[in-house]
Amino acid sequence: MTAATSEHESIQAPPDGRGLPGVWSVSLSRGAVELKSFFRERQAVVFIFAMPAVMLVLLGTIFGRQHAGAGVTIGDLYVAGLIGGGVMATSYQNLGMSIAFERERLTLKRLRGTPMPPAAYFGGKIIQVLVAAVAEVVILLAVGVVFYHLHLPTSAGAWWTFAWVFTLGVAACSLLGIAASSVPRSAARNGVAVITLPFLVLQFISGVYVPFTLVPPWLRDIASVFPLEWMCRGMRSVFVPQAVVLEPGHSWQHAQTALVLGAWIVAGLILCLSTFRWQNRRDG
Amino acid sequence: MNVINVASPAVRVRGLRKSYGEVSAVDGISLEIAPGEVFALLGPNGAGKTTTVEILEGYRDRDSGEVSVLGTDPQRAGRSWRARIGIVLQLASDAPELTVAEMVTHFAGFYRAPRPPAEVIDLVGLTGKSRARIHSLSGGQLRRLDVALGLVGNPELLFLDEPTTGFDPEARRAFWEVIRALSGSGVTVLLTTHYLDEAAALASRVAVIRDGAIVAEGAPAELGGSRAGEAIVSWQDRDGRRSERTSEPTRVVQRLAASYGGEVPGLAVNRPTLEDIYLELIGGQQ
Repeated sequence: MTAATSEHESIQAPPDGRGLPGVWSVSLSRGAVELKSFFRERQAVVFIFAMPAVMLVLLGTIFGRQHAGAGVTIGDLYVAGLIGGGVMATSYQNLGMSIAFERERLTLKRLRGTPMPPAAYFGGKIIQVLVAAVAEVVILLAVGVVFYHLHLPTSAGAWWTFAWVFTLGVAACSLLGIAASSVPRSAARNGVAVITLPFLVLQFISGVYVPFTLVPPWLRDIASVFPLEWMCRGMRSVFVPQAVVLEPGHSWQHAQTALVLGAWIVAGLILCLSTFRWQNRRDG
Repeated sequence: MNVINVASPAVRVRGLRKSYGEVSAVDGISLEIAPGEVFALLGPNGAGKTTTVEILEGYRDRDSGEVSVLGTDPQRAGRSWRARIGIVLQLASDAPELTVAEMVTHFAGFYRAPRPPAEVIDLVGLTGKSRARIHSLSGGQLRRLDVALGLVGNPELLFLDEPTTGFDPEARRAFWEVIRALSGSGVTVLLTTHYLDEAAALASRVAVIRDGAIVAEGAPAELGGSRAGEAIVSWQDRDGRRSERTSEPTRVVQRLAASYGGEVPGLAVNRPTLEDIYLELIGGQQ
């Protein structure tokens, strides 16, 4: 007998998607495929995943022994700053570039033509970003402990702060990355200029590549509009708590941090919902 | 055979229209495809083939007209409907770092009752490349992977958009065999192509589309209607080459033989090839 059969069309249709694999199981399967693709692609691993660790070793080796004041070394500040930058690289930059390429290569269009639940696509991205971001933080902490005598915090309070700064930061930057993926007309030709360049500038003014104490106040004011500055500040409060005397107002401003990151999550979500497309703009 | 299949077409389109701004891409297309049929939409680039197919696939909304695909309006269709169709896109090239088997298995996970991935990979002739990364495949192999992904859900209706563009002749023949095997198993196929020989080789029915409208429809051999039965008688006279289009070439030759009193100089009788008819249709001459 033949494999293809036709259903009787006059029968009342069952609820849509009944019997098809559910959102959770497809999300897990998407996550597995996303992780395989990410870690097998040398360019992503080098430029997104390994970059912060390389920068930490490099910058720490050059400037790390210098003192920033209050018993804090520049190396300490780099560990916290690059964790903030690494979280944004594995969320914002990773999603921005990969989704732009997926749209250009018709991956999104092809998936949209299958019965895959659209939410599962994003479920897979969340899994991939979380795994990559956690791995990134672990690597940076390991480099910090080995090279810069970083002492990991022992109080539950510090780890709670880490948990919420990490979660809000990943959420805000992921949503911004998804929104940014729609901006370049061509991922291959201007993806780097449109998606990576703004992130690079932010890293210089938000305390990632240059210790925040050396950034002119007016540039820091600009940086504090965006999530990265607050993520780096939050990470400093966890991993370099003694640096509080170097902070403006001698305070970590946790309430403002949560507020700014929360506001970016809302803004990012609105941007994503209004701009996300499964295909490129019509060419003709 | 399923009796219902005869009653309800797999695809039914009435007065389909779609414009992009001022430009009308599809201008009143109607067509019907029976279950199990291989139907080809043939036409030059920019004729409206892709827009039409994308509306049927649920990728684009139409401006007006009626569309029913497997009994459902694609514009309002959900996951259950998508599980019954298979789409092979033009020039998809995603997931370069996955292997062929990983990719097909992953897509199989979207369906309730997929075909076994190994069986689909075998059907498209990629068994030897199962464990190869997708970026290492040749153009023809990539295209066969695309087909495997369109088939793994065991679709009732398969959309093939210009499937053999960029193939070498051998790969094309191999690909045609895959489509024939599919059609033999009862899958309805909607093929778009700008290769006439491809439509003639695969399709039981062809519609030629030009400037967003269907200009001819029928079995490949009958394309062009009565014109297909006509012949062109040509000969040489003192002023040069003369020719006459006729449905009764023997009578014309007899008349010429009589007037020349024997041998007609440079006599030739030609039937128009499918290619001639097609070019005439899309060129809009005469």
